[in-house]
Amino acid sequence: MLFGKAKILRSHGWQYIPNLDGVTLTEEFRGFPLLSETKDTTDIERAAKICPTGALTAKPLTLDMGKCLFCGECQKCAPKNIKFTNEHRLAATRREDLVVVAGQTAPKFTVEAIRPEIAKYFGRALQLREVSAGGDCSVEMELNATGNVNFDFGRYGVGFTASPRHADGLVLTGPISANMAEALDICYNSIADPKILVICGSEAVSGGLYAESPAVERSFIDKYHVDLWLPGAPTHPLCFIDGITRLRKRR
Amino acid sequence: MKLYHVTNNNASAVAIADIPVVEYVELYNDLKERMTDSRYHVAHYFATEIERGLKFYLLLLDDATGEVLITSFIPDYYAEGLASLTALHPAFHPFEREMHELYGIAFDSHPWLKPLRFSHDRRDKESTMESYPFYTIDGDELHEVNVGPIHAGIIEPGAFRFICDGEQVLHLEIALGYQHRGVESEMVRNQNRLRQTLIAESTAGDTAVGHATAYAELIEKLANADIGDDLKRERMIAIELERIAMHLADTGALATDIGFQLYQVACEALRTVTINTSQAWCGNRFGKSVIRPLGTNHPLTDEKIALIRKNIADVRRRYNEVREDILEAHTLLARFEQCGLVPKSEMERIGGVGQAARASGLKRDIRATHPSGFYAEALTHTPILKHDGDVMSRLATRMDEVLQSADYIENALASYKPTAKIAAPDYDAKLQGDALSFSLIEGWRGEICHVALTDANGDIVKYKIKDPSLHNWLGLAIAVRSEGISDFPINNKSFNLSYCGHDL
Repeated sequence: MLFGKAKILRSHGWQYIPNLDGVTLTEEFRGFPLLSETKDTTDIERAAKICPTGALTAKPLTLDMGKCLFCGECQKCAPKNIKFTNEHRLAATRREDLVVVAGQTAPKFTVEAIRPEIAKYFGRALQLREVSAGGDCSVEMELNATGNVNFDFGRYGVGFTASPRHADGLVLTGPISANMAEALDICYNSIADPKILVICGSEAVSGGLYAESPAVERSFIDKYHVDLWLPGAPTHPLCFIDGITRLRKRR
Repeated sequence: MKLYHVTNNNASAVAIADIPVVEYVELYNDLKERMTDSRYHVAHYFATEIERGLKFYLLLLDDATGEVLITSFIPDYYAEGLASLTALHPAFHPFEREMHELYGIAFDSHPWLKPLRFSHDRRDKESTMESYPFYTIDGDELHEVNVGPIHAGIIEPGAFRFICDGEQVLHLEIALGYQHRGVESEMVRNQNRLRQTLIAESTAGDTAVGHATAYAELIEKLANADIGDDLKRERMIAIELERIAMHLADTGALATDIGFQLYQVACEALRTVTINTSQAWCGNRFGKSVIRPLGTNHPLTDEKIALIRKNIADVRRRYNEVREDILEAHTLLARFEQCGLVPKSEMERIGGVGQAARASGLKRDIRATHPSGFYAEALTHTPILKHDGDVMSRLATRMDEVLQSADYIENALASYKPTAKIAAPDYDAKLQGDALSFSLIEGWRGEICHVALTDANGDIVKYKIKDPSLHNWLGLAIAVRSEGISDFPINNKSFNLSYCGHDL
């Protein structure tokens, strides 16, 4: 028995990523897109037409990461116009910053938009309540992964808590199914002020594929102040970790 | 008169004209007898609006021959109701409940005609989540425990109502629908097939490959296209990778729930290796984007094949060490053995599918009974069966399936040299008009069934999705009866069912 456990431990080795900020994801990963305009717009117009969520516009050339599901099809259609890089640090403090324009070389992160009290209250410890409202389970699994043996976000005092009464903020996933809208609102209002609101995953940011579905009810998004927008389908654990870390840094 | 059109999971789409339109009473009488034989089970049963009233389609699977039996009926417009099949065979319950909810059809003597998911297009808008008619028992000694819709962890919402005598659960009722996004109606909002593929991927994000493959095969049947041996092989690799990743996640989750940290962290790390392998293949840790209709944007290369083989060999070796230790861990066995029993007879009655059914000794595995693609042509799959139907059996099935899937991947890649160039996806292929197309895929949870109807132009006008969870949620409710309520989490994890796949 003991020998078996020793064997597992030996094979398990050292899984902890020492420097979370130093990770470069595989080349295949589709993160921040580089956009370049071309005279001939045939390809990019075809790409915009097939874009499943209307994230891409051809004239002017823009890509809204808050709508994008990072399927990569537009890059196949218009390789001269779009190149997804493996940059996973996609967090934004303002919704409009997620719209990438031609020639932009890095994601936009407006530090000035961060409320100064966030660092003061949550700079040392931050406990979050997650609510899934129509999430497809992949974003939820990635949020679980932020606390796992590899990423161990808990080392910076960030974790997820069961009761909204114990939480400092809410992380929303999913396009907000109408059947969950009320429970979500109750949960948010059960969290004591001051609190933060994080919108995680492209489906939560914009509704994604379900933006026009009659089964979705998104008034929550307009009603409350959002502190952090995280695109992705799903949001990569490192994107979440990077976003939260930068949100808490402003002194 | 012919009652069914007989086809199989490899044939092309069926012309709607070839599907018999029968009298319900004849079908009812046939199913009454036929369904007592465990070789048959329902793959899908739904209604669709026609010019005047409704047309019903039923897809029945024959596990003994691999045949798929399809039939339809159009009840009299003024008919008051239909005799319930659920009353005879409980496996029909979610389908009849759905049709009742959507169209107000009365199913006479249905024992449990409750709302299924509170979909946006339900007939009775007065019926809401708040008014769900939970089962109640009167008694001074009893109390109710309500959990949800929001649960303690990072998990999807659903409402669980326990009726307990002290610590013992007498009854559990699971009310779902909180995750309803309108998947089926969004599928037919327009004919953008890239969008449809992505909706399939998002049906249940933990089964992205499974549902996307179901969509792709359905389209390929309508296009009457053969995608070639290489692509079939690569799809098998993707779906088995997904199975490994999720079984690892669930082994870890079960360990977490009994506070067994060693297995938990070992499995977390192994799952990371597995899903990072998917990410290195296609850019997404859940395999989103690897499956596309009629082709792929991510054909395997020699480097990627080498990486998958190396990582899966490593995962297999390390997971087997965990597995061997689990089988000797008496504190774990004390919690998992003889807990949450679902006997084979019960699993059969409720129409259980997939890994949970196999843990009860019920051989339901599409890879063996109705194989398509690589499983039909190049692999003879032997389902892993356990017989106790308890938490441990459900874990043991997962553990053995991880090793089996790893072997399938290794065998399929060992001598694989991609030669012919695999086609790029095709989102514009001409589809057969006035046809019914279905696909059956064994995802990691079990049987996935997609069905589509096309109009004269070949446009998809009706799309129905069945996630295995639709059958198995009732299995979880039955498993916890007479168990301590503190054993609910391990039972829940041993099934790990999808909320969004059920709610659609």
